[in-house]
Amino acid sequence: MNKIFEIPLYAYERSPDQDADTPVRRKVVVVGAGPIGLGAAIDFAQQGIEVVILDDNDKVSFGSRAVCYAKRPLEILDRLGCGKPMVDKGVEWNIGKVFFDERQVYQFDLLPEGGHEFPAFINLQQYYFEEYMVNRVRELQAEGAPIEIRGRNKVLKVEEHGDHASVLVDTPEGQYTLEADWLVACDGATSPIRAMMGLDFVGRIFEDNFLIADVIMDAEFPTERWFWFDPPFNKGQSALLHKQPDGVWRIDLQLGWDIDKEEEKKPENVIPRLKAMLGDDVQFELEWVSIYTFQCRRMETFRQGRVIFAGDAAHQVSPFGARGANSGLQDTDNLCWKLKLIMDGTAPESLLDSYDYERIHGADENIMNSSRSTDFITPKSEMSRVLRDAVLDLSEVHAFARPLVNSGRLSVPCTYDGSPLNSADALDGPARTRPGSPCPDVPLGDDFLLPKLGDKFTLLTIDADAPDEIEESGITVTRLALSTKNDPSQMLKERFLGGAEAGVYLIRPDQHVAARRPSYDDNLIRAAIRRAIGKE
Amino acid sequence: MSDQLTLTPNIAGADDFYAELLTAHEGLSKADSDALNARLVLVLANHIGDRVILSQALAAAALKSEE
Ligand SMILES: Cc1cc2nc3c(=O)[nH]c(=O)nc-3n(C[C@H](O)[C@H](O)[C@H](O)COP(=O)(O)OP(=O)(O)OC[C@H]3O[C@@H](n4cnc5c(N)ncnc54)[C@H](O)[C@@H]3O)c2cc1C
Repeated sequence: MNKIFEIPLYAYERSPDQDADTPVRRKVVVVGAGPIGLGAAIDFAQQGIEVVILDDNDKVSFGSRAVCYAKRPLEILDRLGCGKPMVDKGVEWNIGKVFFDERQVYQFDLLPEGGHEFPAFINLQQYYFEEYMVNRVRELQAEGAPIEIRGRNKVLKVEEHGDHASVLVDTPEGQYTLEADWLVACDGATSPIRAMMGLDFVGRIFEDNFLIADVIMDAEFPTERWFWFDPPFNKGQSALLHKQPDGVWRIDLQLGWDIDKEEEKKPENVIPRLKAMLGDDVQFELEWVSIYTFQCRRMETFRQGRVIFAGDAAHQVSPFGARGANSGLQDTDNLCWKLKLIMDGTAPESLLDSYDYERIHGADENIMNSSRSTDFITPKSEMSRVLRDAVLDLSEVHAFARPLVNSGRLSVPCTYDGSPLNSADALDGPARTRPGSPCPDVPLGDDFLLPKLGDKFTLLTIDADAPDEIEESGITVTRLALSTKNDPSQMLKERFLGGAEAGVYLIRPDQHVAARRPSYDDNLIRAAIRRAIGKE
Repeated sequence: MSDQLTLTPNIAGADDFYAELLTAHEGLSKADSDALNARLVLVLANHIGDRVILSQALAAAALKSEE
């Protein structure tokens, strides 16, 4: 049977652009139909912006890659119209077990906070993730949205011209040139566009190799995350077992640095390793085997004139903590509304400086967290290992050591503290909703808050008066009036007011807080709107 | 404070602390690292001061759970 990753989902078709006498100019060209390029393109199309995606391939992701998707990207994907199918298909988990040597040292329950529409995490194969996004592209096309995916369109050359960019594209029927007002490079960690432009990608390579296998088995293992430090079946190294839908299990085995990758990848070498881990009597089938060396690095800036980088092309992290695709979707969530305002002439081009500021902040946080996890999992000095093992030994007996065990930290969205788009915090409210924060979800009767915020500027008022609509500098801000009187769970109060009596929040299209105050003040809210679009 | 050793999580920003600890050892030989750890134990012990707590800490480090 053909698997989804073997079927061309966007087969090559000739575009009229290939026959034009002079290069055709498009509003936005996205390079790369990975999760981030697809996310960007769907976002643009939903806002009515013409977008063409170019990909050198015609299928979804190859190889065992992302499995864990966190709440914030799922919320973003819901706004993009494909979050729910992912949650329906995905596997939810809360229990994790940590093993050291031959014994289980402890187990934990993520105990996700209540009152959110989306779970803290789901596990889902990256090929399903991408397939659902491609389905969403097809759905938008059926509705007449200006979005196109061109398979087997490989970018060979890129030029930045100040007010547009152009790319030379290779296809099975020869080359053509395409122009774009804006080029969004989502061409992955090895980004050819970054290389063509001679841009640096600086950071750390972890001198280690990981065998990543997806196996299909009818096993009794529960839906939990199991992590082994120094297990008997992989002495001196680590291992991970994690469940995906369809009876597929993700297994990571650390192999060390000096190995022959091609040899290790051969089934005759992989199968004995897996049998040692799973037991001789477990029947399994290999779906996929890859060997990776992990790296943490990023570009110095994510923008070069009309060329903007997002996702792995802009920053790469080791997978511990599941931050790659998760953070890439936050890049495009941050970028698309800003670019829309700039294209409409509503905001100055300098608004994009805040994309750099905010997403570099996010990338650095992710790199820091995944570097720390990698250092804990694969200690690089003798003392680092001694301390790590001490933490693990203590964790079996004493609860205090458990927070120090680091086999990957849950990916949470970053707060854009200090962003030039924030107005000073004027509410004595909870820290989690201070300016720069992503709005946490809140149950509203049978519904939830985030879908009501959508992708436009919103004035959220809680027990406060304000106009129903504000026009400022070309932006229409619509009010969403809520009251703690209809807040049986008290979560609206807890998450947005804290000790305050009332609150007025200016919320950006990416659902981050731009400003908050105890009451509506026309001058100050208008100033906050201008500031949030880079006009002040 | 009580005369009972704290064995529940008590460090805000545990990851930051652990990273700082690793950084302190970075680039040291094993012997120098061991010496640093020894000094660290003595500094922390002096800060705690309380003899009862220190005895409990010695037992905890020997991986004896509290009876
Ligand atoms: C083992 C492993 C586990 C992971 N686990 C997780 C996880 O649990 N959670 C998570 O969030 N992330 C995880 N990741 C990271 C995640 O896979 C990546 O962050 C994600 O795929 C990045 O998406 P992207 O769209 O930026 O790039 P990619 O998915 O790499 O897509 C780039 C696209 O660009 C195309 N392209 C490249 N060059 C050209 C060109 N010249 N012309 C046209 N097209 C081109 C490619 O064909 C490709 O389709 C994991 C990664 C690995 C390796």
